[in-house]
Amino acid sequence: MTVTATTTATPRQSTTTRARSSGRPDRFVYGLLRSIPTWLLWILVMLWTVPTGSLLLNSFRTRDAQRSSGWWVSFTEGGWTLDNYGDVLSSSRQTGGLAQALLNSFAIAIPATVIPIAIAAMAAYAFAWIPFRGREVLFVATVSLLALPNQVALLPLLQLFAGGAHWTVPGSGTVVTLFPDLDLAGTPTAVWLTHTAFAMPFAIFLLHNYISSLPKELFEAARIDGADHFTIFWRLVLPLSVPALAAFTIFQFLWTWNDYLIAITMIGANGANYPATIKIASMAGEFGLREHVLSAGAFVQAGIPMLVFFALQRYFVRGLLAGSVKS
Amino acid sequence: MAHVSLDRLTKVYPNGFLAVDALSLDIEDGEFLVLVGPSGCGKSTALRMVAGLESITSGTLTIGAETVNDVQPRDRNIAMVFQNYALYPHLTVARNIAFPLSLAGLPKSEIDAKVTEAARILELEPLLENRPAQLSGGQRQRVAMGRAIVRDPAVFLMDEPLSNLDAKLRVQMRAEIARLHRRLEATTLYVTHDQVEAMTMGDRVAVMRDGTLQQTDEPSTLYDSPDNLFVAGFIGSPAMNVRRARLESDDGTWSVHLGHNRLTLADAVLATRPALAGYDGAEIVVGIRPEAMEDASLADSGMPRIVADAELTEALGSDLLVHFHLDAPTVDTGDPDTLDDLDDDTLMIARVDPRSPVRPGDRVELAVDTERLHFFDAETNLAIRT
Repeated sequence: MTVTATTTATPRQSTTTRARSSGRPDRFVYGLLRSIPTWLLWILVMLWTVPTGSLLLNSFRTRDAQRSSGWWVSFTEGGWTLDNYGDVLSSSRQTGGLAQALLNSFAIAIPATVIPIAIAAMAAYAFAWIPFRGREVLFVATVSLLALPNQVALLPLLQLFAGGAHWTVPGSGTVVTLFPDLDLAGTPTAVWLTHTAFAMPFAIFLLHNYISSLPKELFEAARIDGADHFTIFWRLVLPLSVPALAAFTIFQFLWTWNDYLIAITMIGANGANYPATIKIASMAGEFGLREHVLSAGAFVQAGIPMLVFFALQRYFVRGLLAGSVKS
Repeated sequence: MAHVSLDRLTKVYPNGFLAVDALSLDIEDGEFLVLVGPSGCGKSTALRMVAGLESITSGTLTIGAETVNDVQPRDRNIAMVFQNYALYPHLTVARNIAFPLSLAGLPKSEIDAKVTEAARILELEPLLENRPAQLSGGQRQRVAMGRAIVRDPAVFLMDEPLSNLDAKLRVQMRAEIARLHRRLEATTLYVTHDQVEAMTMGDRVAVMRDGTLQQTDEPSTLYDSPDNLFVAGFIGSPAMNVRRARLESDDGTWSVHLGHNRLTLADAVLATRPALAGYDGAEIVVGIRPEAMEDASLADSGMPRIVADAELTEALGSDLLVHFHLDAPTVDTGDPDTLDDLDDDTLMIARVDPRSPVRPGDRVELAVDTERLHFFDAETNLAIRT
């Protein structure tokens, strides 16, 4: 805004000198970036896209073609085929099985996205708008869990899922079960439970930031109008938080969909429950005999989060609060 | 509709700040009471305690026959209009107005009927399907009013509802709210910092300062006989001129020394305020409303005069405001909203007949109607009226 205003005032000065003369470093950097010509950025974008683009092209070429010539040859020689896609989606044990793996991925990613959002939105509302004893301490404790890397908890969690937690009371020999043995090892449930737990601090943090910035008067008006906390949450907070919810949904879905580590730890050797990430990694086979299907598998796997992104993109609306309060 | 009673209502914030100090007010059934005071005087806190948005530290709040100190806002049968409207941005005008009704679980046909009725009263019918973002400030304020009246509450609470509107719209909405109140006859507690709103809208006006109630009276009483210096300075525009002066008697003739000027008081002044006699020779504070002065050439020749130099004149058409210097020391009335540093210490304002020929720079003689003077104790700042 300010830059535009300055432009009108001194049209002949160049962007950089103007920025420098203003004396503010962020303005200076901004002015410097603005002076980069657009065509240069387009070249950067194209360079950046080359690896992905070439993989996409190769996914439509046969194994022989992939091994004998570069991807750019396909522009002149053609030889496009959908065979690789047919292979990975078939139920063949060697190259295929990706269809089933995608279903497993959904069985993990959907609960691992929906459940944290539902819980975190309620928690964020409570942290932001319900006064209760110990609120600040609890919130700081929750958010500080962000610093905990999930890798350190993977094995203890697996043990919990596989055998529960039991404590032998010293002296008496009595065993107290702290967590029952739910026999979850090897199941998608173990995976999405883990994702849910680890998503919570960030989800609460993100949604709290948004929800706490909603105008106070809205909540007061609603309380006077007869709303209880649940009504306020359901009829005001959720509809008004749609942009933040959509942003977190995309983020969390992408993260759980693309996860490999937690899935391989929790599912282990139970191949029937493998999500797409593990399945694709195992497709190449020994000595890379079937590595030509990898790119096709990768693009099938990558297509889903893109669909999610484009489906939710329209919820990134600005000005959702316009007209509510005048400040 | 209900009678509202605040009995020694007190609010102390956790940091120890005393926002409202033992505020006692009775709002009669159907009365429009305006709570007015400078910013930070605790008037909004008082209103929010009545609404239930702020906890009550001590004292008793009664709405109707029920003590509601610990009753949730939604169970107090009140409606509130906020300064910044607080509309639900994702709902249409119709659904904004219907919100409290749908929460109360009323049948849809009844809700529709009430919303239509409210929209008709407030002339919102063509806007019912719009969202708040598409409305102008005045329209939003009317929607907020609609959301309040549709519930038929026992008490209306309004927190500076007009302060975000531009001047012209404010005058219009002021009349609109007054009209609405006459029609609904609802008990209303209206908070504002604008003494013009207070004077024009209130059946009675309560003036607050620093958390304490100064005076509660009908607007004209507040204007004509303020209890203390603060109320005197706060109510009225242009404000009352207040000056330190000395009262002296000479053979039964009383006079006020205002700097170099001496005003002989009419006999009626002492007759109606015998207590003044006790201030013989003492410092007091004299308050002169601008309209208690008149260009001497157009006034009754029997009145005492002030001679001064006019510094500035403002022709309002109906009146002429004359700014002039008087060498008597001014007194701080305690209104934090006045522009102390801009105010020339010795400047006074007189409201004279527009036919007066006074021009800036002229030496002017102003006749003072001493029967309309206000006298205050210089120590306690309380009015001397008896």
